[in-house]
Amino acid sequence: MKKFETFRGIVAPLDRSNVDTDAIIPKQFLKSIKRSGFGPNLFDAWRYLDNGEPGMDNSQRPVNPDFVLNQSRYKNASVLLARKNFGCGSSREHAPWALQDFGIRVIIAPSFADIFYNNCFKNGLLPVVLEDAVIDTLFNEVAAFNEITTFNKKEVTALPGYQLEIDLKTQSIKTPSGAVISFDVDAFRKDCLLHGLDDIGLTLQHVEEIKAYEHRRQQEAPWLF
Amino acid sequence: MTAKTLYDKLWDAHVVRADEDGTTLLYIDRHLVHEVTSPQAFEGIRMADRKLWRTNANLATVDHNVPTTDRSKGITDPFSRLQVETLDQNCKDFGITEFAMNDPRQGIVHVIGPEQGATLPGMTLVCGDSHTSTHGALGALAFGIGTSEVEHVLSTQCLIQKKSKNMLVRVDGQVGNGVTAKDIVLAIIAEIGTAGGTGCAIEFAGDAIRDLSVEGRMTVCNMAIEAGARAGIIAVDDKTIDYVKGRPFAPTSELWNKAVSAWADLHSDKNASFDHVVQLNAKEIKPQVTWGTSPEMVVSIDANVPDPANESDPVKSEGMQAALRYMDLQANKPINEIYIDKVFIGSCTNSRIEDIRAAAQVAKGRKVASNVKLAMVVPGSGLIKKQAEDEGLDKILIKAGFEWREPGCSMCLAMNADRLESGERCASTSNRNFEGRQGQGGRTHLVSPAMAAAAAVAGHFVDVRELD
Ligand code: SF4
Repeated sequence: MKKFETFRGIVAPLDRSNVDTDAIIPKQFLKSIKRSGFGPNLFDAWRYLDNGEPGMDNSQRPVNPDFVLNQSRYKNASVLLARKNFGCGSSREHAPWALQDFGIRVIIAPSFADIFYNNCFKNGLLPVVLEDAVIDTLFNEVAAFNEITTFNKKEVTALPGYQLEIDLKTQSIKTPSGAVISFDVDAFRKDCLLHGLDDIGLTLQHVEEIKAYEHRRQQEAPWLF
Repeated sequence: MTAKTLYDKLWDAHVVRADEDGTTLLYIDRHLVHEVTSPQAFEGIRMADRKLWRTNANLATVDHNVPTTDRSKGITDPFSRLQVETLDQNCKDFGITEFAMNDPRQGIVHVIGPEQGATLPGMTLVCGDSHTSTHGALGALAFGIGTSEVEHVLSTQCLIQKKSKNMLVRVDGQVGNGVTAKDIVLAIIAEIGTAGGTGCAIEFAGDAIRDLSVEGRMTVCNMAIEAGARAGIIAVDDKTIDYVKGRPFAPTSELWNKAVSAWADLHSDKNASFDHVVQLNAKEIKPQVTWGTSPEMVVSIDANVPDPANESDPVKSEGMQAALRYMDLQANKPINEIYIDKVFIGSCTNSRIEDIRAAAQVAKGRKVASNVKLAMVVPGSGLIKKQAEDEGLDKILIKAGFEWREPGCSMCLAMNADRLESGERCASTSNRNFEGRQGQGGRTHLVSPAMAAAAAVAGHFVDVRELD
């Protein structure tokens, strides 16, 4: 797994609650037996105007100009800002794979669905939980920034988008105004992200303990073996 | 000794080691595998040159991609076919027992686990699928995992976990006639919301839950994930033990007796404390119908579509408006005036024998309405299909105009050829009404099997208790 380092990135606002994994990556793309290549189909049904199928040339498809990730200022977004219960629905790891393939490194929301939250860490994505009020402020700041950088309904692309600086080590986010927001993260998961540790490798350091457990359990509950 | 919840007991019995901060290596007794979330895990194992930790702890089947029509020609869609063949090959290479497409025991992974006795009380059970919560109905700790964790279980028989909180949902009293497990769980989700159980394992208890058959309990636990909880659990009782007895993977003779006496402890202790407790009154629960694009957007059959104008929270109100736009529904429209195009009876929520019996009971002597283009019944497994046929249920359904299909996930998520066309409206016994879930642009209303069959014969939603 890639190490998670401090970085600054453009924030794309996805102003929705309950963004489910079917929306993040629709089921037809789950037929792939690979881990990569899902980025062009991230949010497929919202992003394109036609029906997406695996094997299509996505560069030829009609895009939905209203969808946030299709606006040029967000093409290189690496931070996704969303509302509550992000990632609800299925356990498909294709959801974090798709987000990551697109270039997203951090997702900020008031709450996440458990399995999705967990899957993010396994893939070097950082999900950040912030309070509703802080999320509201961030949405407002992104919107205000957009107004400033829009002239005659056209985006002034010379100005970089609204950006946040994320530091996992100090568990803090710096906004363009210099404000610092701190966030919580599980110490074990933080460690794994910071050092790019592989869970399986870690577990296999405990082979003897697993065997001892199995041995004991086999006496207690032999029908399980 | 301090009083423990059922979840505490299941957890404690599976701790291999725990760090001070609570990070735990949890032992997994059973791992179920299907074709969609496993290929990358097997690939990972090969790349790292690792072996399976305990081959016989795994059981595999194909369900998401398989056709529900004539299978003699194989799978037409090349992507689906490759995924199914990849699982077949992986199972062969790694020595995992698989119920492949043409095996009579093939079916939806969450249906075949309990059916085979591969799911046992007191187990930890995982699968790369969120509806693994289903298996908690047998007093097992069962939850869904992602592909990285599938690889982790295959290679270590363990998972790195942190303990969830304890939540108790008690449904007291008795439900009325025509009110089923599905209605109970939808009413629970209406009460606590789709994130209400986030970070928790939910234990379902109370008379109304006790009164359910084990199949009905599976329906309830199945949708624990729709309430945000990774796991749903129900205490073991005589019904559980009767259900498990004699199943192919269940213990026999002396081991059986030993197991049964161990299982007697699989309930929450009397004074066990829960972090959250929610109580519902079963008597107040009516047949439920979802109107929106999230399972919490649900009302009783006699209600109207809610009006976003009455919602004070602006984010929620906007969400309701978006859902109504997607569903092409007007606020305040009576639910029983919503007409449908298709009916789907199936999925790991409602494809077991009693679900098919409930549908057949409504269908008997009636006809699918002329505005309904397709009404399909998809049994959860080959064995259920056979049992239903032995009971003559297929004939009743076919006579009424339903299609009788081969087992699989089918139109629950439309990875195979069964799907809604854009704009079509469906009465579905599945578990998710997300946008596009049953086909891009499709509109899903979640209901019980009896309510789905009633909608099929009426052409619109109708209270199954008032069907004449
Ligand atoms: S029936 Fe539906 S919910 Fe159940 S495993 Fe299959 S796709 Fe998932």
